[in-house]
Amino acid sequence: MDKTKAIISVKDLVKNYDDFNAVKGISFDVYENEIFGLLGPNGAGKTTTLEIIETLREKTSGEITVDGLSVDHDAGRIKQIIGVQLQAAGYYPNLNLVELMELFSGLYGVDIKPMEMLEKVNLQDKAKARYKALSGGQKQRFSIATTLINNPKIIFLDEPTTGLDPQARRNLWDLIIEIRKSGTTVVITTHYMDEAEQLCDRVAFVEHGQIIALDSPDNLIDNLVNSGFERKKEVKKASLEDVFINLTGQQWREG
Amino acid sequence: MNKPYNNTKATLALAKASFRSIMRSPSAVVFTLAFPLIFILVFGFLGGGGVKVDLAVAPGSNLQNPVIYALEKVSVVRLIKDKAPKEIQADLEKGTIDAVIDVKSNPSGTPAFTADVKYTSASIDKSNILKSILNNLLYTLNSRDMKPTVAELNESTVKGRIYRTIDFILPGQLGFSLLSTGVFGTAFVFFSLRQTLVIKRFFATPVKRSSIVLGEGLARIGFALLGALFIILIGHFFFHFTLIHGVITVINMLLLATIGVIVFMGFGFVVSGLAKSESTIPPISNIITLPQFLLSGTFFSIDAFPNWLQPISRALPLTYLNDAMRKVAFEGAGLWDVKQQILIMIIWGFGIYAVAVKVFKWE
Repeated sequence: MDKTKAIISVKDLVKNYDDFNAVKGISFDVYENEIFGLLGPNGAGKTTTLEIIETLREKTSGEITVDGLSVDHDAGRIKQIIGVQLQAAGYYPNLNLVELMELFSGLYGVDIKPMEMLEKVNLQDKAKARYKALSGGQKQRFSIATTLINNPKIIFLDEPTTGLDPQARRNLWDLIIEIRKSGTTVVITTHYMDEAEQLCDRVAFVEHGQIIALDSPDNLIDNLVNSGFERKKEVKKASLEDVFINLTGQQWREG
Repeated sequence: MNKPYNNTKATLALAKASFRSIMRSPSAVVFTLAFPLIFILVFGFLGGGGVKVDLAVAPGSNLQNPVIYALEKVSVVRLIKDKAPKEIQADLEKGTIDAVIDVKSNPSGTPAFTADVKYTSASIDKSNILKSILNNLLYTLNSRDMKPTVAELNESTVKGRIYRTIDFILPGQLGFSLLSTGVFGTAFVFFSLRQTLVIKRFFATPVKRSSIVLGEGLARIGFALLGALFIILIGHFFFHFTLIHGVITVINMLLLATIGVIVFMGFGFVVSGLAKSESTIPPISNIITLPQFLLSGTFFSIDAFPNWLQPISRALPLTYLNDAMRKVAFEGAGLWDVKQQILIMIIWGFGIYAVAVKVFKWE
């Protein structure tokens, strides 16, 4: 695993809306085959940054290349090699999951077997269900399945676990790790620090449109501890979430 | 992986998805098929009756005489025999009976009978019809054995095609169906795809915007034509809707339908761009569809409208679609014969799509 080869490179990215500077000169690289986390509070500019890299939004200034392709000139080709999960995307109404998969395979111009794609995210039992009828966790898994259709080099996941219960969250983590194992680079945004700590090789903290820290979770924690930080309460060997999972079991829930 | 991206494939995938979605959408099916079919059913069963004059026979009137015999043979006249005088009087005042006749034999010999007819001011027009029927009938009876001294009238009727109510109603309903699918369907679909971020997700794929519009358009045209074909066939086989040249007429009608629905979809694009929320779509769409529904000769011939209204009617695209449909279906006109109607629809199309390009929103 060549950890130093950048597959995404963002330089001095600026995005101004009418009277609001959402992104104020962000620079970072995402390495090939890592899980890269963009962390930060709501409105910090995470989604904007992501959508500019995904070529869904125009930038004000700066340079971005994705797998050597510039977002300015090669938006179409970039779209062919990335998979995008939007924070609140909807899917075509009145279609079941298999039909939606067929639609997306047409949109990406690839031939896939819808059932195989659904199996990847463990939704084969829901093949004939409508997207609307899925639970929160199932919806996210389906969303991720649509990002995998074109066998992308990079997938972008925008808060994939927000609103999910602990089981569904852990399921999704397993899925994301699985996807990375198959050689795909993952860029993820999240509000959950335990999630970032578990999943991400490196994280960038975004605040007010700027990156205020960028390193591996371990290094960031070590740096903080070395600076003399101490938790107010001694950490126990398990968290309340561990208790929850232990009591309710970790099986896949369809609720 | 490095195959060139195939726009046609994307467009067709979208068309297929959209078509499936439309077929499962209750409102699309109701507006395109159920409403027009209900109107056709209602008018199909109502139609064909023509004018009827209700003529009561006064109680005590002589029933065995040439006048009553002759009246019984007149199809326009419906004789009502067993009603009490009070009822007859009340019905005359309301106009539910158009006149009452009382035939008595004449004791003094000539003429053999006298017929007293009482009309009602509540139904003047039918009174006039009855008057001329009676005049004609009595003249025939009285002059049966005489040679005319001035001129003899010889009447004959050319045998033509029967123009049934369905021949007028069905093309109108077809137009209405196309209008509502085009306007409501397109407006709702694009608005909700935008609102639910379905389009945004599409944009994250390599699909082109033109493919999205084209795919949606194909699906809607396909659905509209299927609906049109269904309406035409039901009309033809159940209500004897006239299709002069059979299959060719149907094909011509479907071609007209295609032009119509493309134009109406333009309105739909405009509405989806103008609407601020889902609840404003129906009112805006109704502003476009209702006047056309009422003024474009869907139910009544435009010629029946007052003079000041007719120019408005003649400005609406549905008027020309209805007109062309009727000419093609009943008069057997070819598409070239209705080129003027087609041209006006195309001009509307250019106009409305120019507006649509300006107001249409993707996000």
